[in-house]
Amino acid sequence: MKRLPTTILLLSGAMLLAACHGKTAVKDQPTAATEVPAGSTTGGAGGGGTTMTPLGGGATSSLQAIAQSGNDEARDQRTVYFAFDSSQIDPAYDVIIAAHAKTLTANPGLQIRLEGNTDDRGSREYNIGLGERRAQAVRRALMLQGVADSQITTVSYGAERPAVQGDNAAAWAKNRRVDMVYQP
Amino acid sequence: MNEKTRSYALALLLIASLGAFAPRARAEFVVQITRGQDTAIPIAIVPFSTPPGASSFDVAALVANDLDGSGRFKSMSRKDMIDMPHRGSEISFDDWRRLDDDYILVGRTKMPAPDRYDLSFELYNVLTHQRLFGYEIHTDAAGLRLAGHQIADKVFESVLGIRGAFATRIAYVLVLGQVPHRTFQLVVADADGANPHVVMQSGQPLMSPAWSPDGKELAYVSFEDKLPSIYVQVLKTGARRVVSATAGVNQAPAWSPDGKRLAVTLSNRAGNLDIYVLDLATHALTRITHNPGIDTEPQWSPDGKSLYFTSDRDGGPQIFKVSLSPGSRPQRLSFQGAYNAGPRLSPDGSSLALVTRVHGDYRIGTLSLKGNGIIHVLTHGRFDESPSYAPNGAEIIYATHSSSGRGILALVSTDGRVQQNLMSPEGDVQEPVWGPFGSE
Repeated sequence: MKRLPTTILLLSGAMLLAACHGKTAVKDQPTAATEVPAGSTTGGAGGGGTTMTPLGGGATSSLQAIAQSGNDEARDQRTVYFAFDSSQIDPAYDVIIAAHAKTLTANPGLQIRLEGNTDDRGSREYNIGLGERRAQAVRRALMLQGVADSQITTVSYGAERPAVQGDNAAAWAKNRRVDMVYQP
Repeated sequence: MNEKTRSYALALLLIASLGAFAPRARAEFVVQITRGQDTAIPIAIVPFSTPPGASSFDVAALVANDLDGSGRFKSMSRKDMIDMPHRGSEISFDDWRRLDDDYILVGRTKMPAPDRYDLSFELYNVLTHQRLFGYEIHTDAAGLRLAGHQIADKVFESVLGIRGAFATRIAYVLVLGQVPHRTFQLVVADADGANPHVVMQSGQPLMSPAWSPDGKELAYVSFEDKLPSIYVQVLKTGARRVVSATAGVNQAPAWSPDGKRLAVTLSNRAGNLDIYVLDLATHALTRITHNPGIDTEPQWSPDGKSLYFTSDRDGGPQIFKVSLSPGSRPQRLSFQGAYNAGPRLSPDGSSLALVTRVHGDYRIGTLSLKGNGIIHVLTHGRFDESPSYAPNGAEIIYATHSSSGRGILALVSTDGRVQQNLMSPEGDVQEPVWGPFGSE
């Protein structure tokens, strides 16, 4: 299971931390404190309200600008929704996926993270599996359109990061999703 | 077990020690019994005598609260008590018998020194006048709550023949705030929800707490780096370490019975989840399952030689068992219904609690490992999940939703006859897991 991480351009300190995660071997990491402040280690992926101003000039900042503008799109332009207990991508999302594939293939240095999610019914750990399966479905769809494997990372949040809360079919439908998040 | 209890000497000393945790004065959860047992045993828990200057903590009230909360006892209201005996010789048995009590617990408190408490207590059968036990506990003011749970444990065991689990702890995840600004806390509390202590807090999800067999450590999944890693944290010191942070999924830690290994769920680059065993000393990984389906939620058999797990290799999720001997083929155990997941083994290894889908609702069921494969559905909710057995096997704690959609904890007796909700004051409570005996 000790795999090499995918090559990731280190664009910022936050990315550095995120990239380290994948290759950290099993190793003691004594941490005395029991409190970890919210969002202490990572940037604003997922639309957390971070604003970033392109510095102009270098390739890095232009990638950041592309990433930022991708993440600033309306949620429905960067999210694939799924039917209950399904990881099949509805053809209605072909246009959205093609648009992101185009952005990624035109900018080989650009990184995207596919965040798989489920509704909150049933077993939480099994839902992690379902969320991962959804993220992989979008990954394959992007790769079929020419996106390099090394540009994509996946993560499953299962039922742990709902887009909306509520015990009703409308909320569940909004939560069974893959969010496409560009990495700044 | 009654005989064994009775054979103890009068003054068995139970030295209460609270470890690193400071006590708090009141239960944080409000118990609502949603399904009671009509055969609840009537018992009188008489307030203990207290010397001047003693703590105002009401030990007898805690004992009554524990026993009532189990659904198996019904304690007498104090205002109905005819007198307040504190030792066996003071009990007017015929009077108590007319009040329909089957048992009476009496006790007294002495303070041999400042902040030293000697609690003496005795349980009697009202009908036969028989003394079922007498014990003494030596503790301090901070230990009175634990002493109360230990007294309730003794009553429970003496009357029912089942070891009490009131003096144990639970861990759970508490989620505060509203999407998308939520805070995740990993909380350890007494089994009744009192004394909650936040042992880890994060702005990203925390999942799947698992007690080490000695009750001293918790393994859990944290997304604090936005990706999942498995941590092990020492409860007493707060020291924690990453034990698994491979690329992809790192989930569902489960301690081996000897505490030396963790079964975990990892994924490959294609996102396929399989089960591995991680040796905590050497960090060696052994792959256990090899299947393109989702294999996750491992649980150890008591002998440490095989794993129960969830797999959807046949379509929907079902429960399987696999031996850890190389080349073993997993064997499917559940066949009833299209969704069975999240298995948790009973302490005696005879059955699995699981999440089962019934007409679109998710409920807690048990699958006997010795029977005919029938799943007994114990609960009637729509969103019941994350079952975990009490260490005495008498109850299962699980997570569900309140009528307003809030995540709450609930308990059901393993015979299904007693059910209750534990209403927390705030937030969504999820993934309760009951700690072992002797971890207080």
